[in-house]
Amino acid sequence: MTSVYAKPVQELIDELGRLPGVGPKSAQRIAFHLLKVEKGDALRLATAIIEAKDRVTFCQRCFNIAEGGMCALCADDRRDPTILCVVEEPRDIVAVEKTQEYQGRYHVLQGAISPIDGVGPEQLRIRELLARIDGESVQEVILCTNPNLEGEATAMYLSRLLRGLVPKVTRIASGLPVGGDLEYADELTLGRALEGRREVDG
Amino acid sequence: MGLYRDEGIVLRTHKLGEADRIVSILTRGHGKVRAVAKGVRKTKSRFGARLEPPTHLQLQFYEGRGDLQIVDQAETIDHFRAIREDLDRLTRAVSMLEAADQLGLEGEPNPSLYSMLLGALRALADHCGPLVLPSFFLKVLALEGFRAVVDQCVECGQTEALVAFDLDSGGTRCEAHRSGIAVSPEARELLVDILGGRLGQALNTPPSSATIEVEHLATRSMEHHLERRLRSVAILDRG
Ligand SMILES: [Zn+2]
Ligand SMILES: [Zn+2]
Repeated sequence: MTSVYAKPVQELIDELGRLPGVGPKSAQRIAFHLLKVEKGDALRLATAIIEAKDRVTFCQRCFNIAEGGMCALCADDRRDPTILCVVEEPRDIVAVEKTQEYQGRYHVLQGAISPIDGVGPEQLRIRELLARIDGESVQEVILCTNPNLEGEATAMYLSRLLRGLVPKVTRIASGLPVGGDLEYADELTLGRALEGRREVDG
Repeated sequence: MGLYRDEGIVLRTHKLGEADRIVSILTRGHGKVRAVAKGVRKTKSRFGARLEPPTHLQLQFYEGRGDLQIVDQAETIDHFRAIREDLDRLTRAVSMLEAADQLGLEGEPNPSLYSMLLGALRALADHCGPLVLPSFFLKVLALEGFRAVVDQCVECGQTEALVAFDLDSGGTRCEAHRSGIAVSPEARELLVDILGGRLGQALNTPPSSATIEVEHLATRSMEHHLERRLRSVAILDRG
């Protein structure tokens, strides 16, 4: 089938359509928006992409996003190097940092085990994690993967793998969202929240 | 158009946009249904963990445009926690879901496939026997019209000394006509148990080299039928 658009337009739509969360309809809308705006505005976006791709790399230690060899968190020697929080993606670091509850370091797996998509442990930064545990005298690994099938499978795999290699392996708790109503909680979440209950000192 | 209810098993999910998912569900009465679950990836979603594989659910769908439906309500019947919290069982369950996803057709009810999947998940939740997955594969293949011949040679009908299993001819073979995968007498006994009415007994078989043979053989048979590899099989052994 031949495209109804001129080749450069179709190529732009195709490229935009490859972005996560952008369907064919949205790709078309964004493409036409870009064609309509001032050339300077469109070029700013193009330059920002090129700049980011040129200057930003992955941290050689934790695989977070970094400018230069090491990310800001790895370079900060006030952070506790004996605790590692293992996450799937750099954006999960942002989420954990926002809590202001964590002072240790991170390790980004750059994905999760997904049996149905054929993504196995060898496609993740697990070998690098093992090397760090060996070299950085890590005392605790916190498994902070998503509480969905892929994240749970990854956490179970890692807990099995790390047993005996690290003094302490922990998994973030599952619980109820603060501000939510109990009656809307699903049974699995509520069940785990009950299991993880704590004594209150009011 | 409008709302309809059915029960179903979540087969797999795909991310959609910022916070939604497309959920593939094998339903009892409507075949495979692909539906959008809005906001399900937000931590405060009213669906919570309900729309994760392999949850068994009571569902209400809203008929959308095209072949995508919208999940309107979801109530858990069984969340199979024992499966979800054990990596070995989870990977086996995902292989069953993957096969069911390949075999289930949208808009074409297949109550037998549905019951078999539900039964196999229940068996897996009950105990992690090595033959739950291969039994599911072999039984589903029989349902699809490809029942493996395991009590005689597919070439000459001889019932003694069956030493091989051939995927193309779908059954065991004798010494004289051997081709395909080698089969030990113990593994063949297990195949006879699974397909010959002693399924309950087969499901309680402890792991052995024969169960590994059967697992391999059943997986290869399913893959042969689907004409594609099952991605989820042995994913953790490749690392
Ligand atoms: Zn770093
Ligand atoms: Zn023969």
